[in-house]
Amino acid sequence: MSQPTLATSYLKRGLSRQTWIITGIILVLLHLLPWAIPQIVHIVIMIYLFATMGQAWNVLGGYTGQFSFGHSLFFGLGAYVSTLLYLKLGITPWIGILISSLSGIALGLFIGALSFRYGLKGPFFALIMLAFAEIFHMITMGWNAVGGSPGLLIPLKGNAPHLMQFTSKQPFYYMALWMMVGSLYLVWRLEKTRTGLYFLSVREDHDAAEALGVDTFKVQMIAMAISAGLTAMIGTIYAQYLLFIDPDSTFGILNSVEIMVRPIIGGPGTVLGPLLGSVVLTPLAEITRLAFQSYSGVYLMWYGMILVIVIMFLPHGLMGMIRQIIDKYRKG
Amino acid sequence: MTSNSVLNVVDVSKSFRGLRALSGVSFTLRQGEIFGLIGPNGAGKTTLFNVISGFLKPDSGRVGFLGKDLVRLKPHEICKMGLARTFQIVKPFSHLSILENVAVGCFNATNDIQEAEERAWEVLRFVGLEKKALSPAMSTTTPDRKRLELARALASQPQLLLLDEVMAGLNPTEQMQIVGLVREVREKGITLLVIEHSMRVIMGLCDRIVVLNHGECIAEGEPRAICSDKDVIEAYLGKGNTFVRD
Repeated sequence: MSQPTLATSYLKRGLSRQTWIITGIILVLLHLLPWAIPQIVHIVIMIYLFATMGQAWNVLGGYTGQFSFGHSLFFGLGAYVSTLLYLKLGITPWIGILISSLSGIALGLFIGALSFRYGLKGPFFALIMLAFAEIFHMITMGWNAVGGSPGLLIPLKGNAPHLMQFTSKQPFYYMALWMMVGSLYLVWRLEKTRTGLYFLSVREDHDAAEALGVDTFKVQMIAMAISAGLTAMIGTIYAQYLLFIDPDSTFGILNSVEIMVRPIIGGPGTVLGPLLGSVVLTPLAEITRLAFQSYSGVYLMWYGMILVIVIMFLPHGLMGMIRQIIDKYRKG
Repeated sequence: MTSNSVLNVVDVSKSFRGLRALSGVSFTLRQGEIFGLIGPNGAGKTTLFNVISGFLKPDSGRVGFLGKDLVRLKPHEICKMGLARTFQIVKPFSHLSILENVAVGCFNATNDIQEAEERAWEVLRFVGLEKKALSPAMSTTTPDRKRLELARALASQPQLLLLDEVMAGLNPTEQMQIVGLVREVREKGITLLVIEHSMRVIMGLCDRIVVLNHGECIAEGEPRAICSDKDVIEAYLGKGNTFVRD
């Protein structure tokens, strides 16, 4: 490797003009997609929503190395907070989504303070998250004031943009698209900042990071706040999109798996991994759900199989595979 | 206590479930010296490093660094004050490049990414790793990992550097290269506290030495005096032996 000059920076982020132009073209095409192929809008919305949640999980799990096994907690919290605010107090979900996000952050920081203060990591942190998600699952199941096990129905008001209700899917498509693009951009920028590098150092070696002046507690709390706040926002959008939430589909353990399996298969700790994982898995789940309607849960068998294959042959996920191919191409 | 003292370790004791790892350890480091910490295996050297750098809380005693007490502080706060350390078992950030490894240390002293990168290259050139800067840390050899450990600690811009066996596992040529680096570090005005097993290295390198045995200081002084100290010879070789110098 030649002696690098200081004009070229290896830490800063920059894309070539070519890449920016291609990205721009892809973005424009994605904006035109609902008009071009309206049949697949629903699936693409789900791809975006899960890609965004995967990205949120990725900040904590992929970059900071704290695997959360209960991210449905923040998703469910976001869905319930905005829905209850609307149903009980008549507060529009546009404000609800902010309050959802803030309550997600607050709960995330509370759990973070409990766990990171005592250096919990690995399976112990995963179980703490699972436990909290189950606590909320049980509370919402049993407490009739918040809907109980039948869940909550958001009354249909027709096309009511001020209540985040639309008769067509297009507005949700654009909301989901921009949430996804925003989260992608945020993480992409974050990756090469001091905070981003600190996330990685905590994942790689806690003690070494601490010895180099990294406040590991604070760094993990920041990752937790970003992750929780973003996931809760998606919870609100999801609730408004389906106009129905129940404890199983929000706080349920399967939902946690749904959130974490995409970044793991796509490549944890990479910017594009969650999106890639979502592009592959979300249609697969939806299609198998349609194809095997009478056998509920078949899509989970698919997840299991893919997960086994990916962990055995692609330890760095699909992104790792792509990177290998690019390296080979460059050398050869 | 002299006015130019950098580190004051005063009567530090630490037990692990009844096992006394350190009992009443005291010594003082002066500005700009290379101070050696030696002792047989299990003497408590690394425990003492962990106490000074904040990874362990002592049961009693005081650790003063530039006039401030370190005992209540966390490791990252201590690093911010200008006290850096390396680990005996190297802890590279395996999946990050060597440059990024060092940059983490640089961010201790600056928030600016450009400045951090410039500083990182400077440190990498200093330790001779600049040609491997962009390869991941896990792909490097043991001697390079030791250099990386040193580079990262240096990047945090310390005033006092604790080196925990940075030369262990290296061959004599590599050891002498690191010794050269350590001397250059001192030239920059950084005070050093060094744990080392190789007598040849430590005797040639250090200005003063303290010897630990079973968690107690058994001798302190210049290398020559330490070599002929009766207690030291006894601790290393047992009773009735004489220390033979090569």
